[in-house]
Amino acid sequence: MVTWRGDPLVAGAASGPVVFLTEPVSFWGGVDPVTGEISDPHHPQLGVELTGSVLVMAESRGSSSASTVLAEMIRTGRAPAAILLGRSDPIIVLGAVVASELYGLVMPVVSVPGLFQSRHLGGSAVVEPNGDVTVDR
Amino acid sequence: MPLVLTRQDEALLDGDAGDGVALAMRVMVRTAAAMGAGHLLDVTSAHIDGCLYHGRAGLDFVRALVEGGARTVVPATLNVASLDLLHPDLMRVDPEVAAEARTQMDAYVDLGCRPTWTCAPYQLPVRPAFGEQVAWAESNAIVFANSVLGARTERYGDFIDIAAAVTGRAPAVGLHLDGGRLATLAVSVEAVSALCDDDAFYPLLGHVLGLVAGSRVAAVVGLPTGTSEDRLKAIGASAAASGAVGMFHAVGITPEAPDLVTATGGAAVPEFSVQLSDLDSAAAALTTTTERRVDAVSVGTPHYSASEMRRLAELVDARTVAVPLYVNTSRDVLEQIGELAGALAGAGVRIVTDTCTYITPILDPDARVVMTDSAKWAYYAPANLGVDVVFGSLQACVEAAISGQAGTPW
Repeated sequence: MVTWRGDPLVAGAASGPVVFLTEPVSFWGGVDPVTGEISDPHHPQLGVELTGSVLVMAESRGSSSASTVLAEMIRTGRAPAAILLGRSDPIIVLGAVVASELYGLVMPVVSVPGLFQSRHLGGSAVVEPNGDVTVDR
Repeated sequence: MPLVLTRQDEALLDGDAGDGVALAMRVMVRTAAAMGAGHLLDVTSAHIDGCLYHGRAGLDFVRALVEGGARTVVPATLNVASLDLLHPDLMRVDPEVAAEARTQMDAYVDLGCRPTWTCAPYQLPVRPAFGEQVAWAESNAIVFANSVLGARTERYGDFIDIAAAVTGRAPAVGLHLDGGRLATLAVSVEAVSALCDDDAFYPLLGHVLGLVAGSRVAAVVGLPTGTSEDRLKAIGASAAASGAVGMFHAVGITPEAPDLVTATGGAAVPEFSVQLSDLDSAAAALTTTTERRVDAVSVGTPHYSASEMRRLAELVDARTVAVPLYVNTSRDVLEQIGELAGALAGAGVRIVTDTCTYITPILDPDARVVMTDSAKWAYYAPANLGVDVVFGSLQACVEAAISGQAGTPW
């Protein structure tokens, strides 16, 4: 078990299996909001399901519509359990902030550059409201 | 760095301007804090992407603003939406979705936004001046505002765009500040300068730029002096699709890059030299099929300018298309080009306004292979529409529409 100290961009508690993205994804046009799977044919992890995962990615990419798609996925329960970023990303933060303001549904977003850089990640992760992230392997 | 608010910011948070503005200010403040802003700054305009319907969340948010009494306090233009209000017969949208999409569009107009319905607000008669602080959403518009106009906006998304429009504020971070606008990477096109006369060169270069730069500001070295706004637009749109680019410099062309030293602030930066093989790889990545028979052609992503519409008409040259040729543009450009629109329609060209062929069902459902001159369209359409794409220059696209066969793409 390893714990990283992250910066909670949207504070909350969550846990789930780790999905590590080798390349950034856009939630608009890159993720199917109904199935929760990566749908971008250019993405090496096409078809990977993000729903309920602790999603680790460097940053988002592409369209500014991604904030709305993410908020909608949080509303419908198809979003990741938490998103851990290599660097702060307003598009991801906005989707999570609006879902919490409108529906009281919290999907934590944490900036944890150290965790992102370690790369070899699997197993599951626990995210604490203070930004601590514990990964079991 | 802790976020320090002014008394006026605090008053808006406390609901002095109503519940709608207070909600917008909470979204602004929470996002600004996450972005590491030390304070907020005043903006002079906003471009709003949130009018595009993606389900209930977007509609719920704008409704909360309207019901909370919010109004725009700076001029705000609206991005493409889900419906072509001028050509409703072109669309096959589920009536329930269309009704919700229309409600969302109307709600943004109720907030005081201008019904411009375009992803290319920089083609409207009034646009931000050099150095103006603005809050723009829509990835291609962000790049254009920063790079070509020298206005200053971060890479904003839905929600914070309208939050900025109703509060007049934005986080003082990143591309709003001098330091965030310096190039940290040089991308040279000198090895491929022979291709600079080809329209397809620019979207392909943008695709490579996005892959190489990621979210970094790059200085592109070696583009011809006088490279048109249409071509700079194509670079930025593709770079913001393949990467997270919010700004680039074109050395000798864009306003903050008279030379490389100015663009980088004098720092030594890594250099990437674009080779023909990079452009070929980009063209290959943007073409998903070896099929040469095309069922439709779609151009104008981002929305075509008046000059691009004129060039399209010249290339069609009064011939009649064999397969549907769609061109996306704004209602403003449609008005600007006057009788040309009728001539294009006479040749069978289908003009789409207010929306775009890759975000709403417009193409024939039987269309399997679609040709486009847009790297952005080529990037997103396979996932959005389930079609195969052939990327090519506008000229190649027009010839494909006339013959039904894709020739040499570029």
